[in-house]
Amino acid sequence: MPQVKILEEVCKGCGLCCDDVCPVNILILSPDRINSNGYHPAEVTDMSKCTGCGYCFKICPEPAIEIYK
Amino acid sequence: MANKKLMYGNHAIVEGVLSAGCRFFAGYPITPQNEIPEYMSIRMNEIGGTFVQTESEIAAINMLFGAAAAGKRAMTSSSSPGISLMQEGISYIAGADIPVLVVNVIRGGPGLGNIAPAQSDYYQATRGGGHGDYFTITLAPNSAQELYEFPKLAFELAEKYRNPALILADGLLGQMMEAVEYTIAPVDPNDLPEPPYALSGCKGRERRVVRSYDLKPGRLEAWNFERQKKYAQITKQEQRSESTDCANADLIIVAYGTCARVCSAAVRMAREKGLRVGLFRPITLWPFPKDMLAELSAKTDDFLVVEMNLGQMIDDVRLATDCRKKIHFHGRPGGGVPTPPEIFEKIKQILGGA
Amino acid sequence: MKQIFGRPEGLTEVHQRYCPGCGHGIVHRIIGELLVKLEIRERTIGIAPVGCSVFADEYFNCDMIQPPHGRGPAVSTGIKRSRPDCIVFSYQGDGDLAAIGTAEIVHAAARNENITVIFINNAIFGMTGGQLAPTTLPGMKSTTSVQGRDVKKQGYPIKVCELLAGLDGPYYLERTAVNTPKNIIKTEKALRTAFKNQIEDKGFSLVEILSMCPTN
Repeated sequence: MPQVKILEEVCKGCGLCCDDVCPVNILILSPDRINSNGYHPAEVTDMSKCTGCGYCFKICPEPAIEIYK
Repeated sequence: MANKKLMYGNHAIVEGVLSAGCRFFAGYPITPQNEIPEYMSIRMNEIGGTFVQTESEIAAINMLFGAAAAGKRAMTSSSSPGISLMQEGISYIAGADIPVLVVNVIRGGPGLGNIAPAQSDYYQATRGGGHGDYFTITLAPNSAQELYEFPKLAFELAEKYRNPALILADGLLGQMMEAVEYTIAPVDPNDLPEPPYALSGCKGRERRVVRSYDLKPGRLEAWNFERQKKYAQITKQEQRSESTDCANADLIIVAYGTCARVCSAAVRMAREKGLRVGLFRPITLWPFPKDMLAELSAKTDDFLVVEMNLGQMIDDVRLATDCRKKIHFHGRPGGGVPTPPEIFEKIKQILGGA
Repeated sequence: MKQIFGRPEGLTEVHQRYCPGCGHGIVHRIIGELLVKLEIRERTIGIAPVGCSVFADEYFNCDMIQPPHGRGPAVSTGIKRSRPDCIVFSYQGDGDLAAIGTAEIVHAAARNENITVIFINNAIFGMTGGQLAPTTLPGMKSTTSVQGRDVKKQGYPIKVCELLAGLDGPYYLERTAVNTPKNIIKTEKALRTAFKNQIEDKGFSLVEILSMCPTN
């Protein structure tokens, strides 16, 4: 089962991965947590649904995402 | 003696550049130095070097930046308006501590001016014509022989100090024909060591970056102070000049390039009439040979600065003599070239006699 | 479990300064991957522009140089002609390439220099705060066209790929975007081709990549 790891300190909370990119819609910007740069990092709502397609990684500018399979 | 050849000054520069092991030229046509790219295109082809006729002088100086950053000896030539275009590039190259050679065959200005010889780019060359605190090592040849010999010296100084170097010629020097003796044992570019900053691909080493910026607070200031130390060293060790008949002179003429040739004849005319005149010829314009000039000024009160401009080097003569001497000036701007009788008249005016 | 997607070795560990959501980072990541996949990282020399990506010399894990605004193609020519075995790429924005550097890109293309140019077109001058760019579309607002680009006063945008396609010189010209995963995959293919062309000595390759500037 694929695992998406968000590098929270690298994430700039741009939201690109959350906007219609994930085919199973499991990424959101954390509503209550912020990282040390003041950004709301992305977080995975339901890892079991992840297909490991890599679209979130591809659109992440940092990249602040690692995917394991 | 097959070791001597009659050639254009502009061609002598090319032969000198190639003898120095330079195999990269990028330049744009502009009178009065078109013979340089023309002859260079033929010679580079013969020896397997790179010749690029660029879309502009701006492109030329930037191609030089690339080739030199890649660790190769690279040069360009142009004339005054084209050199103006290169100023930003030269500033970047100086700011990145990279050596290149730029030859300026000066013509009358400002603006489009004319195609006659001039020395009106002295300020531009010696005050660091582009933006920022920097200087370019500047050599002033006055013969085809020196046009041939100076490129190798310029490359060596540029590389020793990691700084751009300039050779200031003028339209007359470029166009005249004189005998050149092949005194330089040709340098094989493969024998030149790879510089420590050279961009060559990071295999087997840390990656290298060539840049001229540093935005971290205080770092650019520190870098500039380091560069200032470099300039202090150059100023101390690399001043060059030639003095003729200055030992017991009542009047010393200060002139370089074509003017030095003209004044040399005028000095002979004066000496024949018993006037004690000497000639001080700066060979490095930056660093200006102020130490030797200061020494000479200990015994002489009158100086005559002769330039093909409205008075630029005269400032350096005043500085070198602490503004304590009588500094006379004879200038021919806008492409005018003085003649020996003209200078001799001026000498007589100053010294009053013969 | 092994890592199938992650920061490529072609990028340094330095935290990129781009604004959140900027397209630069996406293209940087693609180039970083290609340097490794095509096994060229150790013989690559990259040219950073002036613009938001002026700091690219800190982000790509290879030899880098940062020259004057717009002159990347000329500097690339100097490097490539001096070291033909090195892979040389010029990374430029729309001000760098299509405003001040128009002469340099046209002539490098006309000479069919064997280099790879990555042209990031976000239709605005980002670094300096959002002024009109040569590629800004009619009607688009900027800080120097607050009512929207007026073609009567400010002319029409320049379509760089079409402009260069009119020359006989260039070998490969392509326009892609990085705003959706599908487009990003197309960009990955285009950049791979652009680098492979240089490896195979085929000549001048340029990929124009439409990118996002969320700030401006």
